[in-house]
Amino acid sequence: MGRKLLFDKAHIENIRYYDVYRANGGYGSAEKALKSMTPDQVLDEVKKSGLRGRGGAGFPTGMKWSFIAKPEGVPRYLVCNADESEPGTFKDRYLMEFIPHLLIEGLLISSYTLGANTCYIYIRGEYAWIPDILEEAIADAKKNGWLGKNIMGSGFDLEIYVQRGAGAYICGEETALIESLEGKRGNPRIKPPFPAVKGLYDCPTVVNNVETLATVVPILRIGGEEYAKYGTGKSTGTKLISACGNINKPGVYEIEMNISVEEFIYSDEYCGGIANGKRLKACIPGGSSVPILPANLLLKTAKGEPRMMTYESLADGGFATGTMLGSGGFIVLDEDQCIVKNTLTFARFYHHESCGQCSPCREGTGWMERVLKNIENGKGKMSDIDLLWDIQRKIEGNTICPLGDAAAWPVAAAIRHFRDEFEWHVLHPEEAQKRNFGLAHYADPLEIAAPAAV
Amino acid sequence: MAEEQKLFKVKIDGITVEVAPGTTILNAARQIGGDIVPPAMCYYSKLQGSGGKCRTCLVKVSKGSEADPRPMPKLVASCRTTVMDGMEVANITSPEVLEARKGVVEFLLLNHPLDCPVCDQAGECHLQDLGYEHGAEATRYEFKRRTFDKVDLGDKIQLHMTRCILCYRCVFTADQVAGNREHGVLGRGEHAEISTYLSKNLSSPFIGNVIDVCPVGALTDKTFRFKNRVWFLKPVNAHRDCDNPKCCGKTVLWMRGDEVFRVTARKDKYGEVEDFICDTCRFDKKEAKDWVIEGPRKIERQSVISANHYVGVNKPKDTLVEVLDGRQPKLLMDIHSISQVNRPNIDLSQIEGPAHSDDFNK
Repeated sequence: MGRKLLFDKAHIENIRYYDVYRANGGYGSAEKALKSMTPDQVLDEVKKSGLRGRGGAGFPTGMKWSFIAKPEGVPRYLVCNADESEPGTFKDRYLMEFIPHLLIEGLLISSYTLGANTCYIYIRGEYAWIPDILEEAIADAKKNGWLGKNIMGSGFDLEIYVQRGAGAYICGEETALIESLEGKRGNPRIKPPFPAVKGLYDCPTVVNNVETLATVVPILRIGGEEYAKYGTGKSTGTKLISACGNINKPGVYEIEMNISVEEFIYSDEYCGGIANGKRLKACIPGGSSVPILPANLLLKTAKGEPRMMTYESLADGGFATGTMLGSGGFIVLDEDQCIVKNTLTFARFYHHESCGQCSPCREGTGWMERVLKNIENGKGKMSDIDLLWDIQRKIEGNTICPLGDAAAWPVAAAIRHFRDEFEWHVLHPEEAQKRNFGLAHYADPLEIAAPAAV
Repeated sequence: MAEEQKLFKVKIDGITVEVAPGTTILNAARQIGGDIVPPAMCYYSKLQGSGGKCRTCLVKVSKGSEADPRPMPKLVASCRTTVMDGMEVANITSPEVLEARKGVVEFLLLNHPLDCPVCDQAGECHLQDLGYEHGAEATRYEFKRRTFDKVDLGDKIQLHMTRCILCYRCVFTADQVAGNREHGVLGRGEHAEISTYLSKNLSSPFIGNVIDVCPVGALTDKTFRFKNRVWFLKPVNAHRDCDNPKCCGKTVLWMRGDEVFRVTARKDKYGEVEDFICDTCRFDKKEAKDWVIEGPRKIERQSVISANHYVGVNKPKDTLVEVLDGRQPKLLMDIHSISQVNRPNIDLSQIEGPAHSDDFNK
């Protein structure tokens, strides 16, 4: 059994209620922080832990917190990004639904560290039932003195508010989230200025993912140095992975970042292998926007080493032969899945979710979807594949926010690794309507280039 | 003595310029001028918060600053990126930038109806210029172009949403100049459109400026609609004493003979107005007697309005004599002795502004 830090008490019945949570050591970390540590000491622990943002980008949290501007007389804000809209990612939902107090304790410690007296949880509109759970938990915490004025006699005040979004993927981007929170149209802002200097209501703001903020609790419980002993190298600690697709046991798993991808997919502790005895064809290991990898490159890196579930190992080989850990939305595709159709689904999603502010993303995402639709429906041309490649190249990196990149990467990776499947769709349009390309050679052992002679 | 402000040294395409801290790359390039100025479709120096959206002004920062010489990882929007001391920027010297810009132009024209022959903006349209300078010959888009339902904005302003490139300039204008915004952007992604939420007339005394700031033919003047092509008109500077204290009263009249076809604000060479004018000046004063005419307006951009100015043209070599082995061609008749129209003694290049019949009556 892998070691757990966030879900170690998740099996306890009624852990979502304050009394049970408190009786099982809950709010112990907050008590420790408020009573015996200064904000700088907490920041030090988080820095020592090597915690990286769990929302997708993997930026070191301690460093992000140390960037926050601290002008006199200006309030600071902590915003919890619960707008979990990436297809394939549903880890925060589990956390908020079943252990809401873990998040609230994390928010309390983080706000204390940042000196923020107001904290917002921006939750996606589709999670319609979770705001009630969170608000109940907030009320319970307040009743027991963990929120409000002068918390536990420390002189620190904190209020937490839950704000529902209206169901837009773009509002998961931190500046669009801030705009939306201010009551405006959810358009990403142009950076700089960064939110750490000018964020919510033009005040210094830190926006963090739900899981990141919850992880602060175990860090304070066991100490930053101890936390850094979990995992591998710069990927310290544990990570929540929401596994879905053609696997026997879909669900949210907490993994220590020292297991291999193969172990994660095939061991009974986690995904339990591919469903119905099928074979693995491809996988998108970090939510819809990260590059898709064929089975052979997923299990072994281009150098022939086994691929691990860490930020570095998944990104090994760059975009040519690697991918990203992203937000941990692990989507597994078996041999019966069609990559073209899968890519079309993602392209349709990004077309639908583009905010329309900057031109490459507004016009390009729709164009990609239409070209892909033609290929999928047997009306494609060989030149369409190159056209798709060119469109994605002109979107990537030229947009205001990373949504353009997120729309371009899945298309790019699908063409890079599965070009023969696209070509087969174009050359055999009628057959492609009836059957799938199948596994083909995508699980064949890799040819490892011999090391250069010295 | 005032403390001397330290200037930042910036190198754009190899040309060094010293600018005040806080200047954007685009404005630094405009101080140099010439070909190295990135095109800007959404940025408008007089509107706060504008820019960053159209992505035509992307440039490559090959050196971040003197203190931190690392290049920026992505192309940046020059209209919203401020300069640092020692920054080095590549615009037209970077193939990557030209490639990206070509892509952006293609994206902007993807759903554009290209109805220039019937568009009032033709001839002074920034998208036309941009497409001509940076675009490809043909589109690769094979699908039906996007259209919108018609929205009526009243009897003065005509909205053609299909031509819009969503630069947001008119939104900023309504907020900052007109002071009373009744329109905005509705919808998301490809379906985003400029509109009023409930069908409504735009009715603020400065709202006509949205026509001037619109870089394309999405917002045009209904009082001028289909009346004339801009290149047939003669622009003259004019002014009047306007009652509105916020209006500068300095305009350009677009005339043909004594008839005033339309009134606009005065625009500089980047297509930005020098000062905003009120709707009374723009829509209601359509007679020459309302105005004090100062003189012809020079249109500086390379548009068709200032075409037909044959200045500095090299006369092509006449090869006919060479072909005929030195013999002079024999004229059937000398047209100059017969035609009433052709007046070789009048040099068109000496005429300021578009030629007018008065120029030939001297």
